[in-house]
Amino acid sequence: MVKITKDEINHVATLSRLEFGEDEIDKFTEQMGDIINMAHQLAEVDTEGVPETVQVVDRETDFREDKPEHWESRAELMKNVPEKADGFIKVPVIIDKDDNE
Amino acid sequence: MNFKSTIGLEVHFELKTKSKIFSPSPVTYGAEANTETNVIDWAMPGVLPRLNKDVYRLGIMVALATHSHILPVTHFDRKNYFYPDNPKAYQITQFFQPLARDGYIEVEVRGKKKRIGIHEMHIEEDAGKNTHGANGYSYVDLNRQGVPLLEVVSEPDMEDPEEAYAYLTKLRQIVQFTGASDVKMEEGSMRVDTNISIRPAGQEKLGTKVEMKNLNSFDHVRRSLAYEEKRQQQVLLSGGRVQLSTRRFDEATGKTVLERVKEGDADYRYFPEPDIAPYHIKQSWIDEIAESLPESPFERRKRYVEEYGIKEYDADVILQTKESSDFYDAAVEAGADPTLAANWLNTQVNGYLNENQVGIVDIKLTPEHLAEMIKMIKDGTISSKIAKKVFKESIENGTDPKKYVEDKGMVQLSDVSVLGPMVTKIVDDNPQSVEDFKNGKDRAIGFLVGQIMKQTRGKANPKVVNQLLNKELQSR
Repeated sequence: MVKITKDEINHVATLSRLEFGEDEIDKFTEQMGDIINMAHQLAEVDTEGVPETVQVVDRETDFREDKPEHWESRAELMKNVPEKADGFIKVPVIIDKDDNE
Repeated sequence: MNFKSTIGLEVHFELKTKSKIFSPSPVTYGAEANTETNVIDWAMPGVLPRLNKDVYRLGIMVALATHSHILPVTHFDRKNYFYPDNPKAYQITQFFQPLARDGYIEVEVRGKKKRIGIHEMHIEEDAGKNTHGANGYSYVDLNRQGVPLLEVVSEPDMEDPEEAYAYLTKLRQIVQFTGASDVKMEEGSMRVDTNISIRPAGQEKLGTKVEMKNLNSFDHVRRSLAYEEKRQQQVLLSGGRVQLSTRRFDEATGKTVLERVKEGDADYRYFPEPDIAPYHIKQSWIDEIAESLPESPFERRKRYVEEYGIKEYDADVILQTKESSDFYDAAVEAGADPTLAANWLNTQVNGYLNENQVGIVDIKLTPEHLAEMIKMIKDGTISSKIAKKVFKESIENGTDPKKYVEDKGMVQLSDVSVLGPMVTKIVDDNPQSVEDFKNGKDRAIGFLVGQIMKQTRGKANPKVVNQLLNKELQSR
């Protein structure tokens, strides 16, 4: 059994730039514990001597040639941007937050 | 108490490709904001990043030039973080299986040679650029998102700021001469992060390290490390503990300032990039790249000193940049005397570059024109005094020296049948000088040479004039 603590949930929330209320944190701590423990069943499989798998796609190396293509896609891409100014994406200034603060 | 410092460096190089690392968006400098991006750079659902072959090729070049071991199998990983400079919320990098490991470069500090290890080097994508406004907002330009980077991580082999400086200088030179990167710190194509820890002499265990990011120049690297050495010593001597943290160098005060307490590797939740299959790097490809590797700065230095016979110091000045070394090679190739070419390049050309704050690739003088001018000096067609005028014209206006000299009638006068009668006449006209000469005043001859020069508007060959004058004066 893996025990997930409130501190861990708070820490992951900070890394994800998310803010939750106290009751939500309690709920997620419990839910996340269940999820992790379900996934943790995989650890029961004996993998002694089995090489690590990072990819299941088995094919030859596929490189792309260094040929630039100009996409006239700024207007489309910027459609998803909530706030913009002079072609820039406008965001609130984010000062790096201390995780240990 | 004596302390020992342990310094390691992480250097990012922008690799010189036409398109980005995982998308075909062009890599440009100074394009309008957010115009050189596409769906892959933004990680829109369903897109497939594909690795640019040239990125890997350039990385292998640097690996070969630093005696690094290239990994035969590699894959990419996601480094997860949320920051507005990256719409993907992750960076694709090589965390577990980098491009190469275990290399080294050799530096010389205070006359002593030292080998500095390279722990590993990996390729990854750059993030966009944030401009912080004064109004509480930042402005993001994603043109830089996906520009290829090579990160070279040293072993913590350096023991003082001077060694770190020497390592950086050497690494920059090596990378520059492979042609893999522009290595310009002022344009961001080379970026340096340092880390330093100190421990009491005799202690095995390394101290807690402090990282410094985004240093603007080699000088800042050296100064910030020197400051940190002192600061950490004071912390330890006063009974404190050095905090694992990132600090920033403040140029105005010359001090380092706490930026943030460091995130651990675990916070980045690395995992293998599912969109890109592992790569098998064939030895035959590595061999092919090794074949194409340009001559290294060490090989060039050897050629300059041993084959051309130029001074070591002059060779080092030429080798400060690949551009100047290429210029020099082209001039010699075009027939310039190697010693004269080195002198002209290191004094006149460099003087012009410094005065006008331009690079050697931006000037109008071509190596061929420089060679042509040097040939004319060498065969006596023009005097070195005239050469300075020709040089000025060529470097400012790109004029062909040979044509200029002919058009302006600047060809040096060496013909004895023309100069002889002039010398006789000058000596006849200046009996006082003859008297002075006989009384052992050498100045007299200088005065007479000056008269001839005046008459020929500087075109007379001073060597010939001197000889003729001496002969004439002695016969009186």
